[in-house]
Amino acid sequence: MGVMKRVSLVFKAKANKALDKMEDPRETLDYSYQRQLELLTKVRRGVADVATSRKRVELQINQLQQQANKLEDQARKALGMGREDLARAALERKASAQSQLTDLQAQYAQLQAEEEKLTVASQRLQAKVDAFRTRKETIKATYTAAEAQTRINEAFTGISEEMGDVGMAIQRAEDKTAQMQARAGAIDELMASGALDDAVGGRRDDIQNELDMMAASSDVERELSRLKGEITAGAPKQLEGGANGNSQATQGQAQGDQRAPYAPPPTQASPQPAGFPEPQDGEGS
Amino acid sequence: MIVRILGEGQFNIDDTATTELNRLDTELETAVEHNDEAAFSAALHGLLAQVREQGAPLAPDSLEPSDLILPRQDSSMDEVRKLLTDDGLIPG
Repeated sequence: MGVMKRVSLVFKAKANKALDKMEDPRETLDYSYQRQLELLTKVRRGVADVATSRKRVELQINQLQQQANKLEDQARKALGMGREDLARAALERKASAQSQLTDLQAQYAQLQAEEEKLTVASQRLQAKVDAFRTRKETIKATYTAAEAQTRINEAFTGISEEMGDVGMAIQRAEDKTAQMQARAGAIDELMASGALDDAVGGRRDDIQNELDMMAASSDVERELSRLKGEITAGAPKQLEGGANGNSQATQGQAQGDQRAPYAPPPTQASPQPAGFPEPQDGEGS
Repeated sequence: MIVRILGEGQFNIDDTATTELNRLDTELETAVEHNDEAAFSAALHGLLAQVREQGAPLAPDSLEPSDLILPRQDSSMDEVRKLLTDDGLIPG
């Protein structure tokens, strides 16, 4: 006998066992209906639980995504400052955030699929429970206890198969949700303790610290050279020189570091042309 | 003939389609006996695809019991083994 037949026999045996326990067949109908309503409530709660869990994962995905973006931003800034080592560190952390993210996204998709399946299952169960209620009233009104037995068996076996199926689906969803909750809880805990902060760039962010320090020290350098400029320019011509030095310094700040090496060429340019003629002359003679 | 796919619902299938279903079902059973995960997964997917393709979904409010019941698509071999024992996976 194949798998399909054996599974269906297991379901039927289960239904028959439940039927055998009942002395009055009409009692079976009411008892079963009560259990169906309970199961419906359970399925709806299951759908809500999965949805809650899914939303929590969604929130964590967003947080991780923000951190990954921030780390990339830091890497870009570090590269701009010529600090490849710092950029590399930021990108390594980004990779670890990214792999967490990929895991979470896969689990998010699973939860979403589970939620959809359970929603459909609860709608199907609702339709069957409604049909059963109608059938139950008809059987009670129309048939004597003895006659009702066959009808009851049919309806009962059909609905109990559905209940078994839905029951398994809920069990499965509950297991998945529990796994996800545990995982989400662990990530929350990591974030709260700061362990993940350090890894993906939160409050105790040493990369940001170093970037800030570098920005601050380059400000200091700029100020220093401005002051130096003021002093050297200020010695011969006090008024004009001071004003010139100031405007040059602010220009340098606004246009970036490239301006600084730009200024010297005029002084450096003069020795070169002066030096060149000599070897040319030597070659010529 | 009525076939249920666990987690998906019931389908009404023409009796002429049963030859192919039985062939795949035998493969599934052999795979479980031989603990062959790859063959198991292939046979299960084949069976489910056949049922979905050839069967017409039953109305949600029908109360008919199924002649055949199939495991869910993502079932493991272990789950199917439990399903085959009376006090296995089915609650209640």
